[in-house]
Amino acid sequence: MLTYIIRRLLSVIPVMFVVSIIVFMIVHLTPGNPAFLILGEDSSPEAIADLEEQLGLNEPLYVQFFTWLSQVVTGDLGTSVYSEQAVTDLIFANFGPTFSLMALSMILLLSIAIPTAIAIVALRKTVLDPIFTSVSLFGVSIPDFWLAILLVLGFGVALPVFPVAGYIPLAEGFGGWLYHLLLPSFVLAIVEVGIIARMLRDSMLESVNQDYTKTARAKGIRERDVLVGHVFPNALIPTTTVLGATVAGLLGGTVIIETLFTIPGIGQLLIDSIHRRDYPVVQGVVLFIAAIYVLVNLLVDLLYTFLDPRIRYD
Amino acid sequence: MMFQKKTNVLALTMLVIIVLATITAQWWLPVSPSEIDPEQRLSAPSVDHWFGTDDFGRDVFARTVVAAQVSLAVGVLVAVFATLIGTVLGLVSGYFRKVDFVLMRIIDGFLAFPALLLALALVAALGGSLVNIIIALTLAFFPVMARVVRSAVLQVKNESYVEAARTTGAGHGVVIGRYVLPNVLSPIIVQTTFIFAKAILAEAALSFLGVGVDPSTPTWGSMLQEAQIYLTLAPWYSIFPGLAIVITVLALNLLGDGLRDAFDPHNIKRKRKVKTKAA
Repeated sequence: MLTYIIRRLLSVIPVMFVVSIIVFMIVHLTPGNPAFLILGEDSSPEAIADLEEQLGLNEPLYVQFFTWLSQVVTGDLGTSVYSEQAVTDLIFANFGPTFSLMALSMILLLSIAIPTAIAIVALRKTVLDPIFTSVSLFGVSIPDFWLAILLVLGFGVALPVFPVAGYIPLAEGFGGWLYHLLLPSFVLAIVEVGIIARMLRDSMLESVNQDYTKTARAKGIRERDVLVGHVFPNALIPTTTVLGATVAGLLGGTVIIETLFTIPGIGQLLIDSIHRRDYPVVQGVVLFIAAIYVLVNLLVDLLYTFLDPRIRYD
Repeated sequence: MMFQKKTNVLALTMLVIIVLATITAQWWLPVSPSEIDPEQRLSAPSVDHWFGTDDFGRDVFARTVVAAQVSLAVGVLVAVFATLIGTVLGLVSGYFRKVDFVLMRIIDGFLAFPALLLALALVAALGGSLVNIIIALTLAFFPVMARVVRSAVLQVKNESYVEAARTTGAGHGVVIGRYVLPNVLSPIIVQTTFIFAKAILAEAALSFLGVGVDPSTPTWGSMLQEAQIYLTLAPWYSIFPGLAIVITVLALNLLGDGLRDAFDPHNIKRKRKVKTKAA
């Protein structure tokens, strides 16, 4: 058990090393000189030379990489070319809204997907099951931003019950926070509901006719309690593995949803920085999101080992 | 076997119609997609303009059809390139243990980014053009393919027919090409279909965020971005390009799902059992 955990923890190092190479390369993929790109076309050659010096662009690529990496490891992601603030400060200043959005989406996602899956398995012999399968496919086929537009049209324009833009920090009141986040987090959640509910349904169906469920039924336990008490907990284990992928979906989705609903999170920061050619911030945000994703996957894997002891000796 | 289910036939029919209609668009479209009519700005759907008009008075139906050319081209090319790269890497990684560790760490590194985010960062760096979008999306989607192929190869590698081929003195190239690859084709085909669908969604998202293809070529994403400004004035403008995305992606997802069921050995066994019982 302990060796597995240590091995799993160590495996993060090569992954993050590759991640940092990819993130570092983002700036060096830009056609032309990064200093020239940042300063714009009508900048003086002296200014460009100064910035090249400042960014260390005169050094060979691998030297630049290791200089950059040694700073990143100590938590220094550089400074924004646009606002001249530290990138880490910018990320932490914008992380609150993104975290709120993701947390609320996750809660919504699970509270919709779990009852849906249980209901579908309970009604598996009815016409509802094939309908659900089609609807869940429909769910993954809808672009999240288009669904957001439709909801804005429905609940912001035609029937104005929800605000369609803005964000109120949790510190300024739970009601306003929830009210402003409900629509965007619903959009984020609903796109993933299909996948999670389907996954739960599939693994629940596998254990519906296992010996232990038959025993439970033979003891006279009601079907509903068999599903909730025996089938569902066993279906949870394989489903935890897709939670990592779900977080990736949510992280990718927040970029669009924050832009659409003007929520000042790191997704919005990323898009703004791309348009401003503020590459240190772009790099910082991308690296930060990848790190979160790697961390979530690590936690999911460790949770999985905890839930299912069989895979520890893999 | 895949034509037994009605949904597979439906999905395939939908796709054939969409592809044919898109390719032949210039011959049958009643209105030019670039014809500007200032008097007809943002008009509602009518007999003349089935999907209404945009802020330049251009026909939204014609633009939606023409936009499909970009979306489908991006989708097909990304699916093909991601499949080629992913399959080669997956085969090599699954077959040769020595390179497996290094290759898989690189793949893991790519998989550490949400696909859309990686594509977004790459397009931001490379600049928004059709070629760069295809490169970015290929890099975002090949790692999943490599993983799928690798795990399929690992299962097939120890089958007796592969060992038999090896003992008869067949070289690694022959073993991979003639015995391993044909037996991992079904997960590859299924995954290619899903990448096709995901690439269309991702291209639309990139264009919607304004980092996509040059704005003068209509794409579903860029149309939706423009339409968003006129959401209260002309809601239909936001609805039709989105519907086009949903229908196309849904057809691909249905097909992928159908193919997966058709290739699934559990399902084949089950059908055979039923047949023998009936006999």
